[in-house]
Amino acid sequence: MAEKKCCCCELNSEKLKRLDQIIEEHKTMEGALIPVLHEAQELFGYLPEQVQQKIATGLGCSLAEVFGVATFYSRFTLEPKGKYNIQVCLGTACYVKGADKVLEKLEQLLGIKAGQTTEDGKFSIQDTRCVGACGLAPVMVINDEVYGKMTPDMVEGILAKYN
Amino acid sequence: MGKVNITIDGVNIEAEDNLTVLEAAKQANIDIPTLCYLKKINKIGACRICLVEVKGARGLQAACSYPVSEGLVVRTNTKEIMDARRSTLELILSNHKKNCLSCSRNTDCELQALADRMGVGDVVYEGTAEDEIDDLSTSIVRDNSKCVLCRRCVAVCKNVQTVGAIDVAYRGMNSKITPAFNKSLGESNCINCGQCVAVCPVGALTIKYNIDRVWDAINNEEMHVVVQTAPAVRAALGEEFGLPMGEAVTGKMVAALRRMGFDKVFDTNTGADFTIMEEGTEFIERLKSGKNLPLITSCSPGWVKFAEHNFPELIPNLSSAKSPMSMYGALLKSYYAKKNNIDPSKIFVVAVMPCTAKKFECERPELSATGYPDIDAVITTVELAKMIKQSGIMFENLEDEMFDEPFGEASGAATIFGTSGGVMEAAIRTVTEVLENKSIDKIEYEEVRGNETIKEAELSIAGQKVKIAVVSGLGNARKLMELVRDGKVDYQFIEVMACPGGCIMGGGQPRKIVKEKAGIDVRGERRKALYNEDKRLPHRKSHQNPYVKQVYEEYLEKPGSEKAHHLLHTHYTER
Amino acid sequence: MKTIKELDEIRKSVYEKVKTRVGVESKTEKKSILVCGGTGCTSSKSPKIVEELEKGIRERHLEDKAEVIKTGCFGLCAKGPIMIIYPRETFYTMVKPEDVEEILTEDIEKGNVVERLLAKDIETETLAHTLHELGFYKKQHRLALRNCGRINPENIDEYLAFDGYKALEKVLLEMTPSEVIDTVLKSGIRGRGGAGFPTGRKWAFAANVEADQKYVCCNADEGDPGAFMDRSVLEGDPHSVLEAMAIAGYAIGSNQGYIYVRAEYPIAVNRLKIAIAQAKEYGVLGSNIFGTDFEFNIDIRLGAGAFVCGEETALMTSIEGKRGEPRTRPPFPAVKGLFGKPTILNNVETLANIPEIILKGAEWFSSIGTEKSTGTKVFAVGGKINNTGLVEVPMGITLREIVYDIGGGIPNGKAFKAAQTGGPSGGCIPASHLDTPIDYDSLMQIGSMMGSGGLIVMDEDNCMVDIAKFFLEFTISESCGKCPPCRIGTKKMYDILDRITKGLGEEGDIEKLEELAQNIKKSALCGLGQTAPNPVLSTIKYFREEYEAHIKEKRCPAGACKNLVQYKINEEKCKGCSMCARNCPVSAISGEVKSPFKIDPQKCIKCGLCMQKCPFKAIEKK
Repeated sequence: MAEKKCCCCELNSEKLKRLDQIIEEHKTMEGALIPVLHEAQELFGYLPEQVQQKIATGLGCSLAEVFGVATFYSRFTLEPKGKYNIQVCLGTACYVKGADKVLEKLEQLLGIKAGQTTEDGKFSIQDTRCVGACGLAPVMVINDEVYGKMTPDMVEGILAKYN
Repeated sequence: MGKVNITIDGVNIEAEDNLTVLEAAKQANIDIPTLCYLKKINKIGACRICLVEVKGARGLQAACSYPVSEGLVVRTNTKEIMDARRSTLELILSNHKKNCLSCSRNTDCELQALADRMGVGDVVYEGTAEDEIDDLSTSIVRDNSKCVLCRRCVAVCKNVQTVGAIDVAYRGMNSKITPAFNKSLGESNCINCGQCVAVCPVGALTIKYNIDRVWDAINNEEMHVVVQTAPAVRAALGEEFGLPMGEAVTGKMVAALRRMGFDKVFDTNTGADFTIMEEGTEFIERLKSGKNLPLITSCSPGWVKFAEHNFPELIPNLSSAKSPMSMYGALLKSYYAKKNNIDPSKIFVVAVMPCTAKKFECERPELSATGYPDIDAVITTVELAKMIKQSGIMFENLEDEMFDEPFGEASGAATIFGTSGGVMEAAIRTVTEVLENKSIDKIEYEEVRGNETIKEAELSIAGQKVKIAVVSGLGNARKLMELVRDGKVDYQFIEVMACPGGCIMGGGQPRKIVKEKAGIDVRGERRKALYNEDKRLPHRKSHQNPYVKQVYEEYLEKPGSEKAHHLLHTHYTER
Repeated sequence: MKTIKELDEIRKSVYEKVKTRVGVESKTEKKSILVCGGTGCTSSKSPKIVEELEKGIRERHLEDKAEVIKTGCFGLCAKGPIMIIYPRETFYTMVKPEDVEEILTEDIEKGNVVERLLAKDIETETLAHTLHELGFYKKQHRLALRNCGRINPENIDEYLAFDGYKALEKVLLEMTPSEVIDTVLKSGIRGRGGAGFPTGRKWAFAANVEADQKYVCCNADEGDPGAFMDRSVLEGDPHSVLEAMAIAGYAIGSNQGYIYVRAEYPIAVNRLKIAIAQAKEYGVLGSNIFGTDFEFNIDIRLGAGAFVCGEETALMTSIEGKRGEPRTRPPFPAVKGLFGKPTILNNVETLANIPEIILKGAEWFSSIGTEKSTGTKVFAVGGKINNTGLVEVPMGITLREIVYDIGGGIPNGKAFKAAQTGGPSGGCIPASHLDTPIDYDSLMQIGSMMGSGGLIVMDEDNCMVDIAKFFLEFTISESCGKCPPCRIGTKKMYDILDRITKGLGEEGDIEKLEELAQNIKKSALCGLGQTAPNPVLSTIKYFREEYEAHIKEKRCPAGACKNLVQYKINEEKCKGCSMCARNCPVSAISGEVKSPFKIDPQKCIKCGLCMQKCPFKAIEKK
């Protein structure tokens, strides 16, 4: 449980100050909302309400609009991700080679579904579109580490490295 | 503007070159069905109901957004087109909760009308619409299981009103219209203007009804139930009964209210006359001191909440005078109660308003100077019409009756409160006479009447130049207030109404979409009704209302007195 | 800021160093070790290899004998990480960091070839010493990919060495904008992003509109699952895209470009950033380019995970900072695009061709490929095929050549069933059409489309109903939700397919699918919606009997649909060892030792474990 921080710790004033800076830097840019959301997510790991409200006020748009944009794009997330974010590529090349079975195994082992985070905040699973490593299909990515030519049998051993 | 020659269903027409196929088709007497389209407000081609065939274009095209051009050849009624439209409509219906019988929009639903028109058969596809009702707002109920994602509400809320309380969120099958973070409208920056309700084609956005509460009060023997009706109501209520537009139905409305069982039937216009006395006095004081100018009107509750959210720095400029509705409520529970020896806790004040935001105003805790809420229940014009129908009253046949005397006496100035420019005109009528200390004959100020988004005038009152502005629609108000905030304009008095056109176009008024589609100038007709009534009334200036004079003499002392301040003024808070 | 003369000097001196990479003899003794730094090879630790190489060279003081260059994609991703050592052009595959020691000792120091790292040509079974000896490269024509695997993409000098920014120099100094457009028109090049609209015509439209501001956008939002052509170009040769955008800017009268690139492509984004900074430093971007008054700047905008943003109007809406929803056309972007201004949008691969067209001429380009589909096309070949990777072939080549000659056929002796092109907008091409020439119009005729270049091969184990369902699932989750035909219609189609794959299909389902599909094609707002039914329509067209088997016989011929599969024990093969019963997680298998066992279909959860464990291959899936 230690991994999961409450939002008040994460939204410390230093980060919020940095967010103000980011907003300020983008104020005159046309179409700044998405670049700002990218940077804010980089900063906080996700896009909680307080962050979106600051962006809305700073860029002069409504919170509902910011929320609408943030929920449109699958890269933006409103929930903090696990310490280890496991992406399973479900691009066509991976799919025809059985990526769905890898995902199934992963979900079974961690007891969560794609899009969810384990209770201890350690792992989250994400089914993603083509990560572009089709030569290695099926592909699973944990944070920045890529695991290629996956089979369901390999999942348990790989997870063990992170436990 | 140029002209182009186009062919629609074999008919050659000459159309202005800035039209869409949909608009041009009207000239050829073809009514292409639409759903998401809203003239000047929403032309996004999203719903695919207005599909037509354009020669040379791939696939079918949305007529609402397809611009005409020289030599364009359009078909609107081939079997292929009608099949495609029907198929799309069936898909929409599959995701729409079809509890039509219990829906408040039953028989008045654009989707129902489309299904009828296109001859949709039995349900073809099973749906997945889940109940998702948000009824925490004081004014508006959202039911996304009925939403067809036409986005008219978003266009109105975001682009016209610049409130942005709701927007489209998520995508694909998960997309929905919602306040940020799926909160309730009641927790959002919604200002309750109800313009979204006014444009919703289905029952996804509806007025929060207080009908049952009012019936309960009427049927409660212990309660002395009084009703007051806002000026804009009489300009539109007749529409619900098929009466001709352009004439107020004041007399029939009073007759109906009496038959429904209200103990007293009063006129909010009386309250409006008090508002003019208080606000006019406030204006004269500020004009003299030069402080907190411009004075900005505060009778539109949507505008007030909008200002609290977006222009906190202008709060000192808002008139502290309560709205006519609340002023009147406070007087009913104080002066009226005392005079008629009624326990104010036994008085139940119902206000009939053209406005959904009045329901929010009614709940403001600060509006209870007597120790009791100024108003107990607000119902809209639409709700009143429903209640009249529920009662079995044949409204259209009623003989005219008068408001209860003496508390129902009101001036013509108060009547025009219901339209954009009316408050300003009423105030000027009184302020000019007070300052110049003589009777003025020219009391119709054309400068503040009409359709322009921002109306302004420079008047000379008692040798002093007074610059005034009138604005309606919050998008326009926002523009003007930014100028005021940044010191770029120097008005002394500004009237703001939240709804484009003023109260007559409020979110609680009878639906205008179908009439407007048929080419009726709804706003113009309703405005005409009020100006006509103003002309007919014996007193056309608030300070001439004999009853107002009497209350000041007997009870309030004078406009702006301590007592008047306690009862008839309020304060605002940044949100 | 460099003068034309200075740039020429850089070209000349760097060319001397790099010319061995294009087979030109060089006096230099120094070997160049090119290591693929594309995403595929990076995923299998090529950066570590580069690091080890650099360390080894330092420690062994080999600085005069060898240098390491991280390049873009060589294409043969299946055999990654890939390394080429010039001048001998030795082609090492599946290199591991541990191999570095041996490579340095044997190859660099002693001049031997490390044979165990050479690839074997699948057809001839012989070791390939250079990449040209591999069937994979023989039929390729690398034009858009000309610099991928040849230059260090993070060094503008190497791009310059191969005539980089010469085309921009030529158009600015010698050509009028209309001559540029003419050349592009005459080359016949069509958009490589999918629909194949003639690029020159797009430019001409925008050039003819009067406006105070116009934009050039590059579509690098490669969302087609199973496609990575554009990513490879950006990773391997970012300057070719920048140069082409500037040329386009000059042609239509724009001074501002945007590259809309997927945030999921961090390597590409980083290389683009480096390339833009270098180009500005050299003055080939910015103001007064080549001493003229032409100004051109490029900004990068990151996509955020929405396939629909590959659609041109949606892409522009997204750059404007809104939900990436398409809007109706007309007005077309060439008239009213980004921020309401005339805009052209070209795909990465299209742009990568432009400098070559300018330098070598329209006729040279149109001599490649077919009459109506000129030039080459890059495909990302994946799925059930031996040589997974990136290939660039002349238009008009047959699918058979790609699958068998270049791709090396299907692994494990399985049969080719279909190839899917065009991603979620395309269709499946069956074996009977293997000899169809690959060009825009032929593909359209057989119910598929060129698309951006994903080419996924499927074998007999792939169920076509399941594949159709896979693509619809993709469309559903990527639909923007603006119009009902796409938002709701594709979901209804998916529901039907889902029923069919679960054995709940009904008579008439195929017809229902077809009817819905036709209405969606006609009614949807944008290209994504209009083409969403294609995978279903094409699989129904070519594999109708497979649909019928699911519906009528409740049987999945490919054995892929879990609910329709039954595991059975072949009594003749079963020796009664009880291995299956002991491994069955739900105790669905029972029997007496030494006599045939039985599977209770009611209990079986179809996990397939018994089949894996059976030592006698007695368990069959039907």
